[in-house]
Amino acid sequence: MTADTPFIKLDRVSLTYQSRDSSTHALDETDMTISTGEFIAVVGPSGCGKSSLLKLVSGLHPATSGNVVVAGQKVTGPLKISGMAFQNATLLPWRTTLDNVLLPLQIVEPHASRFRKHRDQYEAMAMELLKLVGLDGFETKYPWELSGGMQQRSSLCRALIHEPQMLLLDEPFGALDAFTREELWGVLQKLWMTRKPTVILVTHDLREAVYLSDTVYVMSARPGRIISKTNVALPRPRTLRDTFKPEFIEMAQNLRLQISEGMGV
Amino acid sequence: MKYWIRRTVSIWATVLCIVLWQLMCVVLSIEPFILPSPILVYHSLVQYHEPIMIHAMQTLFTTLVGFAIAVAFGLLLGLAIGVERAVYDGLYPMMIAFNSIPKVAIVPLLVIWFGIGTVPAILTAFLISFFPIVVNVATGLATIEPELQDVLRSLGARKRQIVMRVGIPRSMPYFFASLKVAITLAFIGSVVSESIASNAGIGYLMIAASARFDVALVFAGFVVISVMGVIMYEVTAYAERKFTFWATRANDIVT
Repeated sequence: MTADTPFIKLDRVSLTYQSRDSSTHALDETDMTISTGEFIAVVGPSGCGKSSLLKLVSGLHPATSGNVVVAGQKVTGPLKISGMAFQNATLLPWRTTLDNVLLPLQIVEPHASRFRKHRDQYEAMAMELLKLVGLDGFETKYPWELSGGMQQRSSLCRALIHEPQMLLLDEPFGALDAFTREELWGVLQKLWMTRKPTVILVTHDLREAVYLSDTVYVMSARPGRIISKTNVALPRPRTLRDTFKPEFIEMAQNLRLQISEGMGV
Repeated sequence: MKYWIRRTVSIWATVLCIVLWQLMCVVLSIEPFILPSPILVYHSLVQYHEPIMIHAMQTLFTTLVGFAIAVAFGLLLGLAIGVERAVYDGLYPMMIAFNSIPKVAIVPLLVIWFGIGTVPAILTAFLISFFPIVVNVATGLATIEPELQDVLRSLGARKRQIVMRVGIPRSMPYFFASLKVAITLAFIGSVVSESIASNAGIGYLMIAASARFDVALVFAGFVVISVMGVIMYEVTAYAERKFTFWATRANDIVT
């Protein structure tokens, strides 16, 4: 697959959640094209269907109408080529950091059936990732012995251990303090530049979106639609210093205005 | 010094209660067949230590067998209810209905079916103690974080894998917590059954003693049951700390 063929393509995708006495129109006729290895961010007001987008792409929830195509195939169920991380690190408290990172390998094939025999090899893979996020030396610690930022680093490692082609992040740094959050931007950027997965990052933080992504999509209030697409042409690797530059600030401010317009203000 | 007081405060509180009890008996000169003093209860324990021992072993035996059945049955039923929505919908109302029946009322029925003695005591201990185990295990399974389920399902995990890797370990703290409740309930079940229909066990001993107005021996029976209850509680609490240290440690950090 070349960089030109889209890795993820949404074609007039709508999503309506039906419950017994109400229906919520979460996404409306959304089109999106994401190339292989691209890092995109989706921003928008609360409840605009950003998280629904991730459920559609991962195959956890079917679209009500329209087509979702990932890696050349129409999505009809869980893809097994995606890694996910959320605001809540959801690590298992009875497993050490290392064992938490290894969890996906015990589930996804072909690793699951080879896991017992090749455990050493898989542990080496996990250690390499932990080192990349600065957690070497903490692999025998339990999640409850780690700080919030460290838990989130472990969660990112768990999302990447099976070398997924696609990384889906739902406000992964939303619960962290500002300093830790900005530190983890650097960590995530490094992970992405090393592994080059296609990333969809859902966030409320516009500076985060600009810092990390190649393209920022702005969604309108519910029902969610894509109302703008901004290319972030800043050179990589980006640093915290870059976030104080005028072009960075201007981009974040523009996004902010677009969100207000999308809310009908 | 402060630490030492905190560690032993339960002993001091118990001693204080016994001293107050003794004082009350002496000062108000209460008749021993109404309320025997702790010293009389102690004498009774010493005097009857042989029959007390025999009956205590019987009670301990029926309690532990009933408890063991309750653990196995409660664990399996809890897993089934927690994993399969249909089992929950089908069985839960019935279980609540059953749990509302006072177990005292079941004992005569068990006697008709199995005769007096050991079997009804075991069954009563089992019937009274399995319910909290079922509810706790099912709760642990039913409260897996939805995000975690998404992570696993997006990897193509089957329900069985989610249950094995996450559900069961996650429900273990709930399971061990329920054992502490269940073991004390099992003692109650055994003793209730023994006092209604048996010729062995602490329950029987106490009924026989009260028929002779030997109230001191009745109290001696209370003491024996309480001590066994506390010891078994500590054993289950130790098992909880050992097997699910990660749950209690996590709480330590929060508080």
